[in-house]
Amino acid sequence: MLDATAALRPLVQVRDLKMYFPIYSGLLRRHTGDVKAVDGVSFDILPGETLGLVGESGCGKSTVGRALLRLYEITGGTVVVNGTDIASLDSEALRRARPQMQMVFQDPQASLNPRMSLADIIGEPLREHTDWDASRKLARVYELMDAVGLNRRFANRFPHEFSGGQRQRIGIARALALNPRFIVCDEPIAALDVSIQAQVVNLLEDLQDQFGLTYLFISHDLSMVRHIADRVAVMYLGRIAELSPRDALYARPLHPYAEALLSAVPEPDPTLARARQRIVLQGDVPSPANPPKGCNFCTRCPKVFDLCREVKPELAEVEPGRFVACHLFANTSVAGSTGASDATEQTQQGVPR
Amino acid sequence: MADGATPVLDVRGLKTVFRTRGGEVHAVNGVSFHLDPGELLGVVGESGSGKSVTMMSLIGLLPSPPADVRGGTVMLGGRDLLRIGADDLRDVRGAKVGFVFQDPMTSLNPVFTVGNQIMEPLIRHMGMTKQQAEVRAAELLSLVGIPDAKKRLKSYPHQFSGGMRQRVMIAIALACDPDVLIADEPTTALDVTIQAQILELVKDLRQKLGMAIVWITHDLGVIAGIADRVMVMYGGQVVEQAPVRELFSNPQHPYTRALLKTIPSLTGAREDRLQVIQGQPPILAGEPTACPFRARCAHVFDRCHAENPQRRALDGRPVGRGHDVACHWTAEARDA
Repeated sequence: MLDATAALRPLVQVRDLKMYFPIYSGLLRRHTGDVKAVDGVSFDILPGETLGLVGESGCGKSTVGRALLRLYEITGGTVVVNGTDIASLDSEALRRARPQMQMVFQDPQASLNPRMSLADIIGEPLREHTDWDASRKLARVYELMDAVGLNRRFANRFPHEFSGGQRQRIGIARALALNPRFIVCDEPIAALDVSIQAQVVNLLEDLQDQFGLTYLFISHDLSMVRHIADRVAVMYLGRIAELSPRDALYARPLHPYAEALLSAVPEPDPTLARARQRIVLQGDVPSPANPPKGCNFCTRCPKVFDLCREVKPELAEVEPGRFVACHLFANTSVAGSTGASDATEQTQQGVPR
Repeated sequence: MADGATPVLDVRGLKTVFRTRGGEVHAVNGVSFHLDPGELLGVVGESGSGKSVTMMSLIGLLPSPPADVRGGTVMLGGRDLLRIGADDLRDVRGAKVGFVFQDPMTSLNPVFTVGNQIMEPLIRHMGMTKQQAEVRAAELLSLVGIPDAKKRLKSYPHQFSGGMRQRVMIAIALACDPDVLIADEPTTALDVTIQAQILELVKDLRQKLGMAIVWITHDLGVIAGIADRVMVMYGGQVVEQAPVRELFSNPQHPYTRALLKTIPSLTGAREDRLQVIQGQPPILAGEPTACPFRARCAHVFDRCHAENPQRRALDGRPVGRGHDVACHWTAEARDA
């Protein structure tokens, strides 16, 4: 997968992305600190690829997704989508850049306006970004409804008349309206039932093939990410712990957090489930307002040693295509260009400071 | 767990109907199950399958109206819970049956300390004095793995993380040493690493306390790891029931089979496409007269539209004791 696409230029390049939310406290509401939701995240997404972004709640994965589309004013770093640095665009230029990047939200209930009909919801991006006449817009809306498997007769109905799975289809149709190249899927199946999740994931995969889409698939469901993603980034407390090709990560996670996270996923086979040795992490995730010194996983890591409490490990390529931020792998780091694709290596390691 | 043991909880033909403006919704349609001492029964189903409503009907937790528990018996300790008065029922809740809800955020009262909330059932049901209750509450908190328990009694719910709050909920449910613990999706709102902690805790507590547990979830992975026996619900009915290994290795109902196939595996071969159950879960208006799964079933035939299948034992043991399934297709395939 990686080798085949190595020659391609990444569609999305994220460098040292930081997103801090200020904390104001005291009588004068002085700026007393920051919640470091995302603290120096770098990765690439190749055209046509699905990058899975996994982690527990509060690790900053959704913030990354939103910051990528500049739904937040980011604190630092660059986000280059299709050659344009999204982070530095002025508002008019940003507006013109929006059609190429879209988002599918987690909660299909909250992300659809209950007072707008389905045709209005799906057609709204067209109204905003095109000067098409009504009949052309309607034709496009029908086309989109066909693409996501919604019956055309439903065009004048309202969101509350649909089930969760169907609402998510509406959200997907809206995201597709302007022919985007890149879609951030922020937990698109988390609110759906198991039997409906598979329907939506299959739809996303079909649409990817059909329209050549590139996805950032944010999820806490590790087995679903294994199904849909080509490469997977594991986040912990605002930073990437490990970024690896899917099969390598699931077969042999390198970072101790990735290992623990994978071992915590319940195994739907009673015999395997009972035989398996699970790594149960102690304690809770520390607050991102006050992350621990050194490695941010050092408070819960079963393999922690002194250096971890002092020095923050950088994300480094330890095996071709596999990036890990952990001192355990500091000596095994791939120094030269041993088999790794040049593009990925430069971009992942040569993070501009 | 052996055949013939006297169950701690025995539910027969439970029916619950909600009266809404749009007509009646038949949420629970003749559900029967039992729970043996020390057993962990897993209840699996999608949202709307009636799994939570079943459990809440048992101990009168549903507001009436709109809910109307229309029929059935719920035997616990020689009494039918559906036929005792409100005061008696209040004594059963908490003292005999502990309940852990899905969302630890909303099920704790934010304006009382955690200690206060654990002590409440101790004082109410066990007749303890405040001092005794405080000692017991601290014991309970350390039992569920909260460090520095005595000091933490004075904390408020918002000072705990999600996983810690769920531990507090479990401590409250365990306070009066109940015979039955009903856990309604207790780990659904938690992250996987925290879920793993809670699952370990429950396994540990089962060994220590030996109570019977009903564990409601939609996550087959969780069930595979902890349950002894599994009941699969669909459309307000039990469609299949079997010991856990049997259910996963030899599922019979088309819904169970499809459900097991839709979850992608973390370790097995990766499939190119996920198996899908087409369509939507049914809307439960009116008394069921046909199989609730008929609209989505791959094996549907005439009889499924005409008649609601009854649970049938597959291994000669009585229904509920071995492997049973409510499906015309399975029945005819076996008879043929």
